[in-house]
Amino acid sequence: MAVIYMETASIDREWKKGSAELLLLSLLETLPRHGYEIGKLIEQRSQGALRFHVASLYPLLYRLEKRGWIQGRWVEKNGQRRRRYYRLTSQGRKVLASQRRGWQTFVGAISRITGVENA
Amino acid sequence: MPDWKEPIRKQLAELKLAPAREAEIVEELAQHADDRYRELQARGTTEAEARRITLEEISGHELLTRELAAVERTDVSETIALGARGQGRFLTGLGQDLRYGFRTLRKNPGFAAIAMLALALGIGANTAIFSVVNGVLLQPLTYPDPDRLLNIFESNGEFSHYSVAYPNFLDWRRGAHSFTDMGAFRGDDFNFTGSGEPEQVAGEYVSASLLPVLGVAPIRGRSFLAQEDQWGAACTVMLSYGFWKQRFSADPNILGRSLTLNATSCRVVGVLPPDFRFSENARVYLPLEQYSSVELRTRESHPGIGVIGRLKPGVTVAAAQAELSSIAHALAQQYPATNAGHGAKVARMKDDMVGNIRPTLLLLVGAVGLVLIIACANVANLLLARSTSRGREFAIRAALGADRGRVVRQLLTESVLLSLGGAALGLLIARWGTSLVLAAAPGSLPRSEEIGIDPYVLLFTLAVSIVTGVLFGLAPAFHSANANPGESLKEGTRGAGGGRHRTEGVFVAVEIALAVVLLAGAGLMMQSIWRLWRVDPGFDTRHILTAKFALSPKAMGSPASIRAAYRELLGRAAAIPGVQSAAITSLVPLGKSDSEISFWPGTGRRPPVDRMISSMFYIVTPDYPSVLRIPLRRGRFFTERDNLDSPPVVVIDDVLAKHIFPGQDPVGREMSLIVVGPVRIVGVVGHVKHWGLDSDDTANVRDQIYFPVWQVPGKFLSEAVTGLTLMLRAGPEPAGLVSAVRAQVAGPGRDQPIYDALTMEENISGSLAERRFTMLLLIIFAATALLLAAVGIYGVMSYAVTRRTRELGIRAALGASRGEIVGLVLREGVKLALIGMAAGLLAAIVLTRFLAGLLYGVRPADPVTLTAASLLLGGVALLACYVPARRATAVDPVIALRCE
Repeated sequence: MAVIYMETASIDREWKKGSAELLLLSLLETLPRHGYEIGKLIEQRSQGALRFHVASLYPLLYRLEKRGWIQGRWVEKNGQRRRRYYRLTSQGRKVLASQRRGWQTFVGAISRITGVENA
Repeated sequence: MPDWKEPIRKQLAELKLAPAREAEIVEELAQHADDRYRELQARGTTEAEARRITLEEISGHELLTRELAAVERTDVSETIALGARGQGRFLTGLGQDLRYGFRTLRKNPGFAAIAMLALALGIGANTAIFSVVNGVLLQPLTYPDPDRLLNIFESNGEFSHYSVAYPNFLDWRRGAHSFTDMGAFRGDDFNFTGSGEPEQVAGEYVSASLLPVLGVAPIRGRSFLAQEDQWGAACTVMLSYGFWKQRFSADPNILGRSLTLNATSCRVVGVLPPDFRFSENARVYLPLEQYSSVELRTRESHPGIGVIGRLKPGVTVAAAQAELSSIAHALAQQYPATNAGHGAKVARMKDDMVGNIRPTLLLLVGAVGLVLIIACANVANLLLARSTSRGREFAIRAALGADRGRVVRQLLTESVLLSLGGAALGLLIARWGTSLVLAAAPGSLPRSEEIGIDPYVLLFTLAVSIVTGVLFGLAPAFHSANANPGESLKEGTRGAGGGRHRTEGVFVAVEIALAVVLLAGAGLMMQSIWRLWRVDPGFDTRHILTAKFALSPKAMGSPASIRAAYRELLGRAAAIPGVQSAAITSLVPLGKSDSEISFWPGTGRRPPVDRMISSMFYIVTPDYPSVLRIPLRRGRFFTERDNLDSPPVVVIDDVLAKHIFPGQDPVGREMSLIVVGPVRIVGVVGHVKHWGLDSDDTANVRDQIYFPVWQVPGKFLSEAVTGLTLMLRAGPEPAGLVSAVRAQVAGPGRDQPIYDALTMEENISGSLAERRFTMLLLIIFAATALLLAAVGIYGVMSYAVTRRTRELGIRAALGASRGEIVGLVLREGVKLALIGMAAGLLAAIVLTRFLAGLLYGVRPADPVTLTAASLLLGGVALLACYVPARRATAVDPVIALRCE
């Protein structure tokens, strides 16, 4: 019983708080990116289904930075204005891995119940 | 490009962010707006439309301010709580102090090196002792929930920590509800054959329940099953990690293989973890009931079995003790013949392990603390001397507006820097010192394998060095801060006067006093050891070699073959050139083991056990007294004819004779031994100090009974074959015989190993190990103290001579002789030394009382030792004063006067 309860509780937490964080962390996994690029990528890859508003995107980036999961740095490239690039920290990498697992558990659970095949 | 920054800034205004942070966010969001604006235009949106959309997205939203407020708020409140401005100033100030401190120390490398060296000695010695205390006393045992593990003993009138009779253990285990379970164990040696050279390996018999009780699981295989720990079960064995690695090269397929131990084939079922330290030496573990001895079947025998129980959560030690006492009481009523007067006693496992050494270690902590105080006093004096010469510097700083607190802080920073440097050096000394301590204490320190420099030790060193730095820095710091700037500037380079010299004098006197205390302690310990070595142990300890041995498995077939093997072995050993006589014994005096037997005078009915008398019990061959040179008082010792064909006989010692047969001749009288039966006394020999040179006189069991090996009944003989010792009387260098003995004892099959070969002197020295360990450390501390005190007094006197150069020059110019000048300087030093010695004597009288338990034949406040200690110090102090005094006579009056 206890095990099932704990599993459910953790899924719930992931679901509510984690999905936006998961998206950001995933996008930063391979390359450092700046805020505008992140917003665009979410929109493109979700084929327009997901869109981040400036008012929630940047506060969320600052929050993750504060937690030490990502780190922002001003970078000046030739001929461009300087931009703030975010990269994943090693702690962030661990969080990403654990959030991914949580998400998979969640999606698996939903599909088992609803009968919808896992994409 | 439109200006996005202004609208963004407006939105953020109400958040009241730090200006730098605000600018950063504004720039990032403006950049975003640029990108968005360009993208919209690229898609063909008109300029005005693109501008409107972008502006709408980045502003006019409460969401942004709300979200940002949630993220950034923590910063806001932190700022208020800590008061960033004040903190910032403090930190910059500290940085300044540190930089300045480093610079000053670098400018005076000689001073810094001497101060750090003195501190390194003090801190290093303290760290070394703390790492011992930490490993032995402070760290919990390495089992899960170690506080719930209890050692359980039997107790009777004579012993409070007696080995447990196996049937009693079984009853305790069944009856007690305070414990989750209990386990039992018994150390033994095993003859390991059939895998290369025969080897004697130390091991433990353990009940199947022991490992679960300890909470330990093998890293390979499993622990014993209940059915394996049963009389007659096939032999199984677990290996220690080290044994598995060394003897079997960590063979991954070890499980299921068979080992021949004591001529029995045992199947390996498990390998224990590397950090399993239940027994220091044990390499093999066998189920307890594999010890297939009648000793396990009777409540009469207490064959060295120890018991450990794990308390149920929430049960107190007192409750467990009460329950076991009542079980023991019931057993005593049920089996009065064997259990009358027997109780049960519990003790926390760790307390039992380290309880004996605790006072010694605490004593050493105290002693080493004194060394640190001396080092501190020394460095304080150095700093004091320097602070005087830096008077001008501080005067200028004060004149420029530095407050007193600032100057004190600067100086304290410097002294803490010094002590941190000392600590770094001290850690090196500690590493070396810890291995020295361990080398000095083989076997006398429990848990010694857990001693090392770990984070706790590092933390301790850091704390000690900071506290030390502040302590020795305080006096000089306040002295400098209090100096009157005007005076200092006026005085020029001669430095300030007055109070400083008094403080310096006090420090030197304290150093001398503490060094007297340490010297007195070391002296008392040396005297005790010296007196103990001169105690007559009742036999001639010189030229004796002792070695344990194991019989060949082939000889173990029958009692007759065992006896024949003993005879043959004795014959071969006695024939070794240089050996005068040879004997076999079950017990070595002043060794680590003891064995008792209960008896009653006469051959009447057997009384209950609490009415019987306990005596030490030695099973020996006839030449035993001639090997040890124990004097025969009456009658005779055994001969070869005292065997199974003749009536059983014993020889008693004169303590037993006086105790049981006062004023009578015991020879020819009869007594009864449990298990053995009635015996006749044929002789009386002198008493041998078995329990230790110091403690034998006060031991509970002092009576001694000797029994001939050749009369041991066959059913007991096979158990007696392990743990017997061969004793040889040889020439002046018995240790040189070891290889000859090994070769001779090994026999034709080369399967009879000897082990633990020691001279009798080594045995005795082992029995004094704890005292010697304390003595050695006290001597080291005292020597360090003496050195530091000498350096201290030398430093102060040298400085005094420099300070008085002018005065001495004038005196010389006015015609004072060299002797007069030397006397003048010496007088000052001697005054300090005398004050220090007097204070030291008083302190020693009080403090050496803590040594009382370790002393032998000498009182703590022994006047001879105390006087000698203070005279030695006085001599050293005088010498330390004499060098600067001599230098004073070399002062050239002309140069001295020109100094001005």
